[in-house]
Amino acid sequence: MGEDAESQKINHTFLRDYVTEADVISTVEFNQTGDLLATGDKGGRVVIFQRETESKGESEEAGDSGEYNVYSTFQSHEPDFDYLKSLEIEEKINKIRWLPQQNAAHFLLSTNDKTIKLWKVSERDKRPEGYNLKDEEGRLKDISTITSLKVPVLKPTDLMVEVRPRRVFANGHTYHINSISVNSDGATYLSADDLRINMWHLDITDRSFNIVDIKPANMEDLTEVITAAEFHPQHCHLFVYSSSKGTLRLCDMRASALCDRHTKLFEEPEDPGSRSFFSEIISSVSDVKFSHSGRYLLTRDYLTAKVWDLHMDKGPVETYQVHEYLRSKLCALYENDCIFDKFECVWNSSDSVIMTGAYNSFFRMFDRETGRGVTLEAWRESSKPRAVLRTRRVYTGGKRRRGDVGVDSLDFTKKILHMAWHPSENIIAIAATNNLYIFQDRVNAEGQ
Amino acid sequence: MFLKGIKRKFSEPGEEPVSSGEQAPATSPAASRTLSSSYSLQRQSLLDMSLIKLQLCHMLVEPNLCRSVLIANTVRQIQEEMTQDGTWQMMTQALAAAQCPADRLVATEVLCRQTDAATQAGQSPKPVSVVGLEEGYHSEEVVMESDVETEAIMSTLSPASPQMSSASYLAGPFGMGPCWDEEEEDGDCEEDEEEDSEDCVSEGEEADEDHLSADSRTGEKVFGTFEIKHPVPPPDPGLEELFSDVDPSYYDLDTVLTGTPKMGPYDLLESLSSHGPTALSSSSSCRSDLNELDHIMEIIVGS
Repeated sequence: MGEDAESQKINHTFLRDYVTEADVISTVEFNQTGDLLATGDKGGRVVIFQRETESKGESEEAGDSGEYNVYSTFQSHEPDFDYLKSLEIEEKINKIRWLPQQNAAHFLLSTNDKTIKLWKVSERDKRPEGYNLKDEEGRLKDISTITSLKVPVLKPTDLMVEVRPRRVFANGHTYHINSISVNSDGATYLSADDLRINMWHLDITDRSFNIVDIKPANMEDLTEVITAAEFHPQHCHLFVYSSSKGTLRLCDMRASALCDRHTKLFEEPEDPGSRSFFSEIISSVSDVKFSHSGRYLLTRDYLTAKVWDLHMDKGPVETYQVHEYLRSKLCALYENDCIFDKFECVWNSSDSVIMTGAYNSFFRMFDRETGRGVTLEAWRESSKPRAVLRTRRVYTGGKRRRGDVGVDSLDFTKKILHMAWHPSENIIAIAATNNLYIFQDRVNAEGQ
Repeated sequence: MFLKGIKRKFSEPGEEPVSSGEQAPATSPAASRTLSSSYSLQRQSLLDMSLIKLQLCHMLVEPNLCRSVLIANTVRQIQEEMTQDGTWQMMTQALAAAQCPADRLVATEVLCRQTDAATQAGQSPKPVSVVGLEEGYHSEEVVMESDVETEAIMSTLSPASPQMSSASYLAGPFGMGPCWDEEEEDGDCEEDEEEDSEDCVSEGEEADEDHLSADSRTGEKVFGTFEIKHPVPPPDPGLEELFSDVDPSYYDLDTVLTGTPKMGPYDLLESLSSHGPTALSSSSSCRSDLNELDHIMEIIVGS
């Protein structure tokens, strides 16, 4: 599996683990500065964490960074019911994406299966005091008691965070929304469901443009669905979407209004020797992310993570085995539906490291330069706050080391599906069922 | 380790062309005849499993389309391979020989939840009966049994409510309707129904239109075709999923229902003998279930 012992130069310090509620976290996302971290859960709630900026004083190591504390919590989506089809619409938050900050307020998009909402998160730390007609509690005063007039003044108060829905983008999707992506133009965003991709303007809620439609005329002919989509980080006319057949399609919106024909198709030729009944299922791409540079694409399928060069569509330039030891267990994983789990993948800030999740609360990081991977664990019992994370290993043969976990002992209910990497620092947020772990790479001042 | 302690027939190490996922032998028509029986069994098992998964779409929330598509593609792939090596034709022929068309029920008789009594009764692993009716659920129940020497019985029962009628036509093997066509305009469904085999279509269409009146007719059909078995305790969900002897008659993706002589350990012949007397009770249980479902639907729609 390409395991290696963790090098000494990076100390991963476990800062703290946050238990959000009883609900399972379904998405995690840092904002563009990394000061805010939003999580969405199955209950339709969004919890925003804010990084503390004040230095705590003396004993700080160089490169000190604050901890993340809860900043705001709100109910984003409620359970809904589709009367036409007699089906429930889950309130689970599928994705959250922050808008680039333009003023003092923060904006984020959150979506469930059907509806996208734009939320404004703003702070209020002053309030007017000294009304003439109302007293401190807001009750109307008896006019006869008023003998003079004064101008109300703004006085500082305790910080209040207000979250208000500013837009609701409803009825744009017949199928389940799996992705949203804010465009670099700052004015539009795309939303993708299983068969269609729409482009919206942030200010307009009653219209959207359909830019991709792969629904066949006869649904019985359906063999492929859209699994993820994302705008290019710099070019506002480019976006990519992935499919359940393992293909990536790069589309240029300047080419035509309906981008059913891709500009570039990225597909890895199948190895005929390894073909099996599960080949297609495990090739289905569960997540696609542009690198920060915009030059590469990172995709995740069931067993691997792949890096693609936008200039080369013949195949990935790098392939990383996430849990190859599962290849012989595919039938059982198909039986218990684990084979359909959708893992996310992320880049670090410099595009030199990629990270993705696995089972048994494990997640994997790969250094692109050396090609080596490391396995880490997001599990409370094996870590103490501020302890250094030790690397884990799944035993697949050869000499067994202490601490190795056998493939048959893996807990497939503990899956790390959602994660995020701070945009500029080595801080990662890992969602493990209903727990959120934040790990930080701390440079040990003493070691310098 | 895995979520369910499901017994897998082909879990022997070192021998897993299918489960290994990566060593499926290349099949050519000639080579196919020499396919190891274990590979065939494994493939069959995979096919069964896939069909069950498709049927098990929980209808309270719209099922995951991606998953359904992937499973359907797997079924198609297996079917193609079986067609290539002639296994498929064998199955089809065997069924045709064994069956009287008139008794081939199929489709969407609706409401008649052959449930508990009927399905559980069957051969426990057998009635691949899907999903009990829970409140507000729309379940599709497929009770499949077949036997070389007896008629294949296939009846797909789906609770038809006005909203679900478009989906209840059962696209044979895996309720492609409800699990698939979420937005469907009836037009599509009817198209699909037309594509059904002649055996299925008429019953399906009729059943769809008025499930209430179909009940009595259903009762007869069910009566005539269902093998009701000895009552058994509620099946273990794990067992049900075993369905290793699922009647492949609903395998055909184009909703032509075909069947297969089942050579599983569960001999349906025996259960046939107890068929008669239980038919009546099944009919009445249908009725009560119908009322129950109606009531549930009223609550949902009324809300």
